[in-house]
Amino acid sequence: MLLPRLIARNAFRHKLRTALTVVGIVVAITAFGLLRTIVDAWYAGANASSSARLVTRSAVSLVFSLPLTYAQKIRQVPGVRSVSWANWFGGVYVSERNFFPQFAIDAPTYLDMYPEFILSPAERKAFMTDRKGAVVGRKLAEQYGWSVGDVIPLRGTIYPGSWSFTLRGIYDAEQGVDQSTFFFHWDYLNEAIKRIYPRRADQTGVFIVQLREPGEAAEVSAAIDATFKNSLAETRTETEKAFQLSFVAMTEAILLAIQAVSFVVIVIIMAVMANTMAMTARERGSEYATLKALGFSGGFVARLIMAESIGIALFGGAVAIALTLPLARAFAERMGTLFPIFFVSEETMLLQACAALCVGVVAALFPAWRTASVRIVDGLRAVA
Amino acid sequence: MTLPFGYIARNLAARRLTTTLTAGGMALVVYVFATVLMLAAGLEQTLVSTGQDDNVIVIRRAAQTEVQSGVDRAQAGVVESLGDIAVGRDGQKLVSKEVVVLINLPKRDSNKPSNVVIRGVTPVGVDLRPQAKLVEGRMFRPGTAEVIAGRSIAGRFQGAGLGETLRFASSDWTVVGIFDAGRTGFDSEIWGDSEQMMQAFRRLSFSALVFRLADTSRFDAVKTEIESDPRLTLEAKRETRFYADQSELLSKFISYLGTTISVIFSIGAVIGAMITMYASVASRTAEIGTLRALGFSRTAILVAFLVEALLLGAIGGVVGLVAASFMQAIAISTMNFQTFAELAFTFTLTPRIVVVSLSFALAMGFVGGFLPAARAARMNIVDALRAA
Repeated sequence: MLLPRLIARNAFRHKLRTALTVVGIVVAITAFGLLRTIVDAWYAGANASSSARLVTRSAVSLVFSLPLTYAQKIRQVPGVRSVSWANWFGGVYVSERNFFPQFAIDAPTYLDMYPEFILSPAERKAFMTDRKGAVVGRKLAEQYGWSVGDVIPLRGTIYPGSWSFTLRGIYDAEQGVDQSTFFFHWDYLNEAIKRIYPRRADQTGVFIVQLREPGEAAEVSAAIDATFKNSLAETRTETEKAFQLSFVAMTEAILLAIQAVSFVVIVIIMAVMANTMAMTARERGSEYATLKALGFSGGFVARLIMAESIGIALFGGAVAIALTLPLARAFAERMGTLFPIFFVSEETMLLQACAALCVGVVAALFPAWRTASVRIVDGLRAVA
Repeated sequence: MTLPFGYIARNLAARRLTTTLTAGGMALVVYVFATVLMLAAGLEQTLVSTGQDDNVIVIRRAAQTEVQSGVDRAQAGVVESLGDIAVGRDGQKLVSKEVVVLINLPKRDSNKPSNVVIRGVTPVGVDLRPQAKLVEGRMFRPGTAEVIAGRSIAGRFQGAGLGETLRFASSDWTVVGIFDAGRTGFDSEIWGDSEQMMQAFRRLSFSALVFRLADTSRFDAVKTEIESDPRLTLEAKRETRFYADQSELLSKFISYLGTTISVIFSIGAVIGAMITMYASVASRTAEIGTLRALGFSRTAILVAFLVEALLLGAIGGVVGLVAASFMQAIAISTMNFQTFAELAFTFTLTPRIVVVSLSFALAMGFVGGFLPAARAARMNIVDALRAA
C-alpha cells in the first residue's frame, strides 16, 4: 500500500523535529503515568482492605485509646465472628528519616484475621513464643537488610524509652498488599506501660472486627457504636476501607494537586505537538494544494495530516509506557517504605495510551481543518 | 554591529500561532513551577510566623509534637518556678500550661472528617500569642464549656462557626468567638479553657508548657537547666524552632515533588522552543544569508536568534507568573504528616520566587534556542543565499 508509506515518509521528513516531538511526548506521557501511579499508591491501602472487616476506634479521634474490656463486649454483638486489636507505636528506628508503620498487635487473633500476610508455620511459631519478637514485611526487611534473629532497636515517641525487638519472621504478601509494616506483641507493650504509666495500661488504639457476613457491615457497625453510646469512651466503627479512605481524605488537597498537574503535563505536550503539526502543515501547504489539484479531496488531505500526527503521538506513547515500568520500579526502590505499594496498574497504562491518542488528534485538528478548507490557488501560492 | 530589537520581536509576531503555542507551553511550566514554590513558601511562612522568638515551649523528651507529649503537674510546677520566666503587669508569671488534643470534625462541604487541634489555654496563654486577635464574638469564659475557633476552622468545619455547638468528649461546646491568627498555625485551632479541657478529656497531665523569657538571650541557659534537671524528663525549644521543625517534612515533600515535576515539564517546554526556533531558522535561511552578505557577523546572527528565544521564554515566564499570582487568593488546607492535624495555608508570592521563576523561563528559552541559533550562525553565506 502506498498510503501508509506516504504518511511514514512525511513523518520522518524532518528527522530532527520528529525526534524532538517524540522525545517530548515520551517525557510527558511517562510523567503522566508516574503521577497517576503516585495517586494510586495513596489509595493502595484502601484498595487492599477487606470488606469483611470493621475498625472500631474512639469517636473523638485516633489519638484517644479505648479500654481493652471493650473486646469482650464487641464479641457479643450479633454478626461478629472475632475481634482483635492493634495499637500504633510510632517509634523511631535510628533516625527520624526512617519512617515505617509499627503496630502492637494481639498476634494470635490478628494474624488469623489477616490471611493476606503469609508467614511460614515455623516463623509464626517462633513469633508467638517470643514475647519480644517481631515480624516485618519482606520489603521493609530488604530495605534495612534485616534477617531473622536480628535485634531491632526502636526509640519510642508516644511510649518513651528504648525498645528492642528480636526479628522472628518476615511475611510475604501479594502485590497490592502492604509489605513494609512492623508488627510486635501488644502484651509486651502493655506490660511495659503498666510499669511506667499504670493509667495508660490495658488500652488500645483500634479494635478490628471480623464479620460473619460482609453484607451486615452497616448493621454491625451501628450495633457496636450503640453499645458504647454515652459511655466514657464512645466509639466510631466503620469498614476497613472507609477507615483507610479517611486518611486519604485528609491529604486530599495534595492528591488533587498531583492529579491536576498530571493533566497539565498533557496540555503542555499538546501545545508542543500542535505547534509541530501547524508548522509541518504550513511548510507543505503547496504540496497539499497540489494533491488537491490532482483530484484528491480535502478530507483525504486532512486524514493524511491526522494519521501522521496520531502515528507520531502513539509511537511516543508506546515508548513512554515501556519506559514507565522500569522507572516506577526504580522510583519505588528509592522511596522505600514511604510508598509501601507502588506499581503501575493496567488502568494507568490504558490512560497513557488514551492520552497519547488524544494529543495526536487534538494537535492535528486545526492544521487538518485549515489545509482541507484552504483554496487550491491560495495553497499553491503560499510560500513556506 | 547588532541586529535591531524590532526585527527580532517582529519575527515572533509574524508567526502568531507558533509563538502562542510555544510561549503558552512555557507559561504553563512556569505556572506550575511558581505555584509549587509559592505553596512551599506559604507553608514555611505559616509555621515560622506561628512561633514567637522569646517564647519557649516545653514538651516531653522525644515527643515530636504537643499531642504526643505529656507533662505531669509536678514537673510543670518545677518548670513554673524557673527564675528566667518573664513577669506580666499584674505580677503573674507569663507561663501557660496547655492541653493539646486532636478531635475528628466533619468538613462543611464534603462531610469528610479531618483532625483538628483543640488547645486548652489559660488567659496568660492567650496573651503569649499576640498574633491571635478576636474578630467576632467574645472570649471564652474560664470554667465554662465555651470555645473560640480560628478563622480557617470556623469556615470549613461543621459546628465551628460563631454561635454553633461542637460535640466532643461527651459534652457540647458553644463557639462564642472567632479569632484571626493571620497566617499562622493557630488559625487552624480551636481554643478553650485549659482546666475544662483536662476534665473533659480526663487527662491528669498537661501536653506542653509555654512561657516567655524575661531575657531572650538566656535561652541556652534555661534549656540546659531544664534538660539537666533529674526531676524532669522534658525538653525545651524556642517556639519559632518548634513550629519550623513541624513543617519540615511537608514542605520538603512539596518542594521535592514540585521540583521534580517542574524539571520534567521543562524538558517538554524546551523541546517546544527548540522545534520553533529550528523552524524559524530553516524558514529564514535566505534571509540569514542576506544579513550575512550585508556584513552582519556570525555573532550578531547568534545573538539575534538567542534573543528571540529568550523573548519567547520571557513572554512565557511573565504570563505564567501572572497566572500564578492569582493563586494567592486560594487557601489550601491539608493534613500535616508530622502533627497529624489539619493545617491551612496560602500560596505566597515572594520576590525571590518572581526572580527564580523568570530566570527559569529565560533558562528554558536559552537552552531551547542555543542549538538553533548556533546552526543559523554557522551557515555558509553562499549556500544560504542559494537556498532561496
